[in-house]
Amino acid sequence: MLVGGVDVGSTQTKAVIMDGQRRVLGRSLIDTGGIITAAAENAFQLAVADAGVERSDVAYVVGTGYGRYKVTFGDTQVTEISCHARGGQYLFPKTRTVLDIGGQDTKAIKIGPEGQVLDFCMNDKCAAGTGRFLGAAAMALDIPLGELGPLALLAKNAVKITTTCTVFAETEIINWLARGKKVEDVLMGVHQAIATRSISLLRRVGVEDEVTFTGGVTRNNAMVKILEEMLETHLNVSEEAHYMGAIGATLFALEKAQSGAAGAVEAVTVGAKLDSTRALVSDCEVCPELPDRRFSEAQERLAKPPQLIQVTRMPEVTKR
Amino acid sequence: MIETKISLTPTPSAQPEPDLVGRGRRDGNRLFKEWYTELDAAAESGDPSAYVFVMGSTAEVLKAFDLNLVFPEINSLQMAVRKVSLDYLNKAEDYGYSTDVCGYVKADVGMHLDGRKHPNGRIPKPSIVVATNMCNTYVKWVEIWQRMYGCKVFVLDIPGQRGIGWSSEPGSEQFENDRRYVQSQLEELIEACVAVTGKPFKIERLQENLAHVNRMAADWSAVLKLNQNIPAPFNAMADGLAYMGVLSAYRATETGARYMAELRQEMEYKVQNGIGTITEERFRLHGVGPACYAYFRRFLELFQEWGAVYVNSEYLAYAGGGLDQGIQFNVERPLESLAEQLLVTGRRSMSNMFFSQDQLADAVRDWKSDGIVYHSVKSCRTVSTGMADSREYLTKTKDVPSLFVESDLVDPRLWSEAQFKNRIDAFFEALGARKAAALNPHELGGFAVSSRGPQQVAAKR
Repeated sequence: MLVGGVDVGSTQTKAVIMDGQRRVLGRSLIDTGGIITAAAENAFQLAVADAGVERSDVAYVVGTGYGRYKVTFGDTQVTEISCHARGGQYLFPKTRTVLDIGGQDTKAIKIGPEGQVLDFCMNDKCAAGTGRFLGAAAMALDIPLGELGPLALLAKNAVKITTTCTVFAETEIINWLARGKKVEDVLMGVHQAIATRSISLLRRVGVEDEVTFTGGVTRNNAMVKILEEMLETHLNVSEEAHYMGAIGATLFALEKAQSGAAGAVEAVTVGAKLDSTRALVSDCEVCPELPDRRFSEAQERLAKPPQLIQVTRMPEVTKR
Repeated sequence: MIETKISLTPTPSAQPEPDLVGRGRRDGNRLFKEWYTELDAAAESGDPSAYVFVMGSTAEVLKAFDLNLVFPEINSLQMAVRKVSLDYLNKAEDYGYSTDVCGYVKADVGMHLDGRKHPNGRIPKPSIVVATNMCNTYVKWVEIWQRMYGCKVFVLDIPGQRGIGWSSEPGSEQFENDRRYVQSQLEELIEACVAVTGKPFKIERLQENLAHVNRMAADWSAVLKLNQNIPAPFNAMADGLAYMGVLSAYRATETGARYMAELRQEMEYKVQNGIGTITEERFRLHGVGPACYAYFRRFLELFQEWGAVYVNSEYLAYAGGGLDQGIQFNVERPLESLAEQLLVTGRRSMSNMFFSQDQLADAVRDWKSDGIVYHSVKSCRTVSTGMADSREYLTKTKDVPSLFVESDLVDPRLWSEAQFKNRIDAFFEALGARKAAALNPHELGGFAVSSRGPQQVAAKR
């Protein structure tokens, strides 16, 4: 049996194909771009090709990430919070805390021994402390993203980036450079600012060993080092860390496909859950939106068969 | 506090009364509409009106002078659910108010700058404004109307709030001193009302009003406790808000007392017949903090989609002026009793926000909630302060699952559905796994397979 997981993130889309023995057979990673359904479709096709299997052999697909509802060929959706937790536990079974620094989200997740989410905390309405913060720095300094980490590690006298706003951080970076600070010292300040914000989230859920670091920012060696120093603990970082959400999604897909697991929890078709009380009320003065909530839009949307996007141009695949 | 006996075992009713189900909402709608119609008429006629707040409205005194009551908090909430709050917020910000100021205040200011034209009708000018120190914003909010209209402003100072364990307890000497202090202010308030309305004060009217509140409080307390049943007969966030509107606007009236008695009857009927708010009650939630009224429907749907029902909400306690506890006035000593209850309920309102963790844990147990949803309000630090600490305490020491989300009461610019939904979905995934694990410790507590089996899925693809 083959299953798939597609993680449609704000910046990149990742897809993984797994077999019934929980072995990863294929993977892909592409930029999400503006057409989310196409990104999901393309990433999935590439992962299928990478695995060397037929698309029709993939029995179950779970979508995750912000664009999970745009994985139109998927069978169900699971949040990336649950997926990163399950993925982290899969790769490092003793994981109790997961830190995921993604493109616009940073998540601190406390997990149980089976990879179940016990608590989580995320950045709110602000991209400070996320991968986007690093992206802004890279743009301001005109340095490729991949070179940020190695350069920051050369710092001797890091500056303190105090702004919590990703946009204003750019101004602060330029200000430090104008004052004659070295690029590596400014970059180290940027890394430390992100690490401080991330650790603040981790402390809210409680840091318990082992800590597994996931998401695209795991590729940044400076960030790994700074986080380990600040937390005074070793971080589990896998070569697969970037795919952790998609791996978690495939694990959920496998669970569903194999067993139809007990503990049924899925969002329901809201139209079927009408409140008999409220259906009788035609014109609510107190909260006028409530009475006639027949969820017709939701029902119509759910009733439509998923439409596949015709892909004419394949974005370049990034493979490691 | 009064004792309320409630059956937890549904027993089929001998005589079904289909019209009973939903009556509270229907009658509530009608009363709410009538109330705004009366305010519109008062705006036209110039009859004296009092601006008051949901916490410590002193409706018992003001209605003894037949003053029309205007609740600015309800007005602002209504602007949000009617999707016009942003227009008013912009007016206030154009006028110079900062984006950080309370959304309720700014929506209200915008409405006043717009000639008191509210989507529900015109709002009369204030003849007198009565505030307490239960919310720190109240005291500054009333000054705005004072500047605008030169109206009389009366601020009741209720001592001993924002603390637990160091407020004076009923029966103590300090409580008696506090009672005298509040009572003397009530006597000043009565003099002010006489001056504003030109009507004499009749103690019998005050006694009547207190008796109405006694009935309303007893029934409201019972209604809240009826939601301990499974399924819960009403949604504390959705229906609860509608009931609260009537509770505030018709407090200290015969109409209000009768409404609440009938609401109790409806809820008892629903409990006896096992009638809930959704077909399948999968999760029971306890809300802390008010909802996002600018996207109220969506806010509720995001939870309902998971089969979740709010069975209790702190809002129903602190914004209910203490009626949730079923307060009972001694009508034989009306002013003394009113002063005592203002002390007790005022403290409950604020202490409930700042020191509620143990009460919350008890409520979660009694209402059989699966978890708590903390909704932090960006423009109101008063209700949001301490939420993170309360959450941490309950998660770590009481093992109560909880979700923390943030938006605003009335400001649609502070709502981000994608982020909201992501957190809510993850919360329910975790809650579902927890429930499944409790049912079968050997299961991982995963997720249900969809209605389409894997075979069909493969064939489709």
